[in-house]
Amino acid sequence: MTDRATGAAGTAGDTTGAVTGGDAADAGADADAGTEAVSCRGLDYSFGDTKAVCDLDLSVRAGEVFGLLGPNGAGKTTAIRCITTLLPVPAGMVRVFGHDAAREKMAVRRLLGYVPQQLSADAQLTGRENVTLFARVFDVPRRERAERVAQALEAVDLTGAADRMAKTYSGGMVRRLELAQALVSAPRLLMLDEPTIGLDPIARTSVWEHINAVRRATGMTVLVTTHYMDEAEQYCDRVGLMNRGRIHALGTPDELRADLRERRRGAPGEPGAGGATGGPAERDDAMPTLEDVFREVAGRGLDEEGGDFRDVRNTRRTASRVG
Amino acid sequence: MSGTRAVQRPGSAEALDPARLDLLLKPPRARTGWQVLPARVMAMCVVELQKLRHDRTELYTRAIQPALWLLIFGETFTRIRAIPTGGIPYIDFLAPGIIAQSAMFIAIFYGIMIIWERDAGILTKLLVTPTPRAALISGKAFASGVKALIQAVVVIVIAAALGVGLTWNPLKLLGVAVAVVLGSAFFSCLSMTIAGIVLTRDRLMGIGQAITMPLFFASNALYPVAIMPGWLQVISRINPLSYQVDALRGLLLGTPSHLLLDYGVLAFAAVVGIAAASSVLGRLAR
Repeated sequence: MTDRATGAAGTAGDTTGAVTGGDAADAGADADAGTEAVSCRGLDYSFGDTKAVCDLDLSVRAGEVFGLLGPNGAGKTTAIRCITTLLPVPAGMVRVFGHDAAREKMAVRRLLGYVPQQLSADAQLTGRENVTLFARVFDVPRRERAERVAQALEAVDLTGAADRMAKTYSGGMVRRLELAQALVSAPRLLMLDEPTIGLDPIARTSVWEHINAVRRATGMTVLVTTHYMDEAEQYCDRVGLMNRGRIHALGTPDELRADLRERRRGAPGEPGAGGATGGPAERDDAMPTLEDVFREVAGRGLDEEGGDFRDVRNTRRTASRVG
Repeated sequence: MSGTRAVQRPGSAEALDPARLDLLLKPPRARTGWQVLPARVMAMCVVELQKLRHDRTELYTRAIQPALWLLIFGETFTRIRAIPTGGIPYIDFLAPGIIAQSAMFIAIFYGIMIIWERDAGILTKLLVTPTPRAALISGKAFASGVKALIQAVVVIVIAAALGVGLTWNPLKLLGVAVAVVLGSAFFSCLSMTIAGIVLTRDRLMGIGQAITMPLFFASNALYPVAIMPGWLQVISRINPLSYQVDALRGLLLGTPSHLLLDYGVLAFAAVVGIAAASSVLGRLAR
C-alpha cells in the first residue's frame, strides 16, 4: 500500500476488487494469492532538474486491475517505464512478482506484457506477423507458435483481419493488436499505458471489454494508467490518484468516493469542496465522482496543469452518451 | 465491463472460453545463454524479409544507382584505361566495389529505421522483451545484412549482364555473402550508434550523407590503394569498406587479396559496432 499516500489513501482498507471469472482465472489467482505483483518503494526518477516521480510507494496486488490515474505530466508513464525496466532504477526500489527490476531485468520482462501509449504496431507487417515477432522474441517454440499467435488474435477478435497489413487497421484495431502482442507470451502482469488515448468512445469501450475478457479468462494482473476517470471508475478494482510524481489517494473507486462524501458532510461549505459538481445541497449529499476525489486530493495545483481535466469532463459526457 | 447488449458490436468482446486460450495461460520456456542471440537475430531477419516481401519498391529503386555506376562510370573508365587494375577490365575491378558501396548505402541509413521505430513505439516494446540490448542490436545489424545481401545479388546479376567475369563457385559466393553481411553489420551499427547520439532523423540523415561519400572515396572501391596519396592510404587502411572490397574482389575475381585479414577486420569491426550501438541504445529508450 502507499505508505506515503495522503488524503483518502488511509481508507483504502483491505478490500480488493472482485476477481471473477472462469477456472483459469481462479487458478491464476490461486497461484499468485497473497503475492504482490508490483512493489515500488521510495521510487524517485528525474529528467535533469525535473522530478518526474517523487518517493513513490506503490503496491499492486496479484490478480487485480489497478489504475494509476492523473493528468499529463503526473509521472504515470515514468513510473510505468521504471517498472518495465525501460528506465534504470537503483536495486531494491522496484519489484515485479518478487524480481528486482534493476538486478533481474530479463526475469521481470518475461512476466510483462506491455502496451505503450503510442499506437505502435509495425505498419509494414500484417497483424499476424506483428504478433509472431513477439512470439519469437519471447521464445515461443516453433511447434506451437502459429497456434499461440492464432489464440492471441482470437482473444482480441482480430482473427478475420490477421492477414491484413497493420497500416489498414483502425486505431482501435491497432490497440487490440498490441494487446495480442502483449498476450502471446502469457504474461502475469499486463501493463497498459493510457490504452484508450486518442480512441473514439466505441473503440475505447471495445478495448476495455477485451482487456477485461482476457483478464477474466487468464487471471492476470493489470496495471493501467489513464486520465479518463470514467474508465477507472468502471473498470479498475483499485486506483491510485497521482499528481506531480506522487500518489495522493489510493483505494477502490467506491471507497474513495464514499470517503470524500463523508468528509464533505463533516465539513459543509468548505471552499472548493464541490469540485466539478453542482450546488451546496448536491455537494453535501450526492455521491462525488472520482474526478471530484481527484480534485479534492490534488488541490489547486491541478488547475495550473492545463486543460486535461476539461478534456476529461468532455470525454465523460461523450462516453456516457454512447453508453 | 458495461452491461449486456442485445447486439454484439463489431470489435466488442464476448466472454472468452479459457479452453480456447490454453496456450495463452502457459509462459513459453525461456531460451538461455548462447541460444538467445541466434534466436533474436533470426527473429529480426525474418521481419526484414517479410517487409521486403510486402513491398519490393525499395529493392527496385535501390538497384538504379549501382546499375548507373557500373554502366556509366564503369564502361567509361574501362575505355579511358586511366586506373591501373592489374590487368583486368576496369568494370570488373569496379563491380566488387559497387557491391560493397550499395550494401553500405543501405546500412548507413539503418539508424533512421531505429529512430522511426523509437518514434512509433516499436522499439520501446522490443526493449521490454527478454532481449538483451546487444542481442537486439545484433538482430538489427544482421537484418540490415539480409537487406544488403539481396542488394548484392541484384548488383551481381547486373554486373554479370554487363559481362563482368565473376566466379560462380558456391563456396566463394558464400564467402561473398559473409563479407557483405559483416560489412553491413558494422555500417548499420555505426548508423545506430550515431542515431543513439543525435536522436533525431534529420540530424542522422545529414550525418549519413556527410560520411557515406568520404567512406566510399577513401576506400579501394574505385581505385587501388597504391595510387592514393599517403594521407588517404592511412584513412583507407582504417576504413572497413576497404577490407570488404578486398575480400569481394579476391573471391569474385580471383585477384590477390588478404582474406584472413579482411574477415578478421570485418568481424572485429562488427563486434565493436554492436558494442557501441548497444551502449547508446538506452538513450533512444528515454
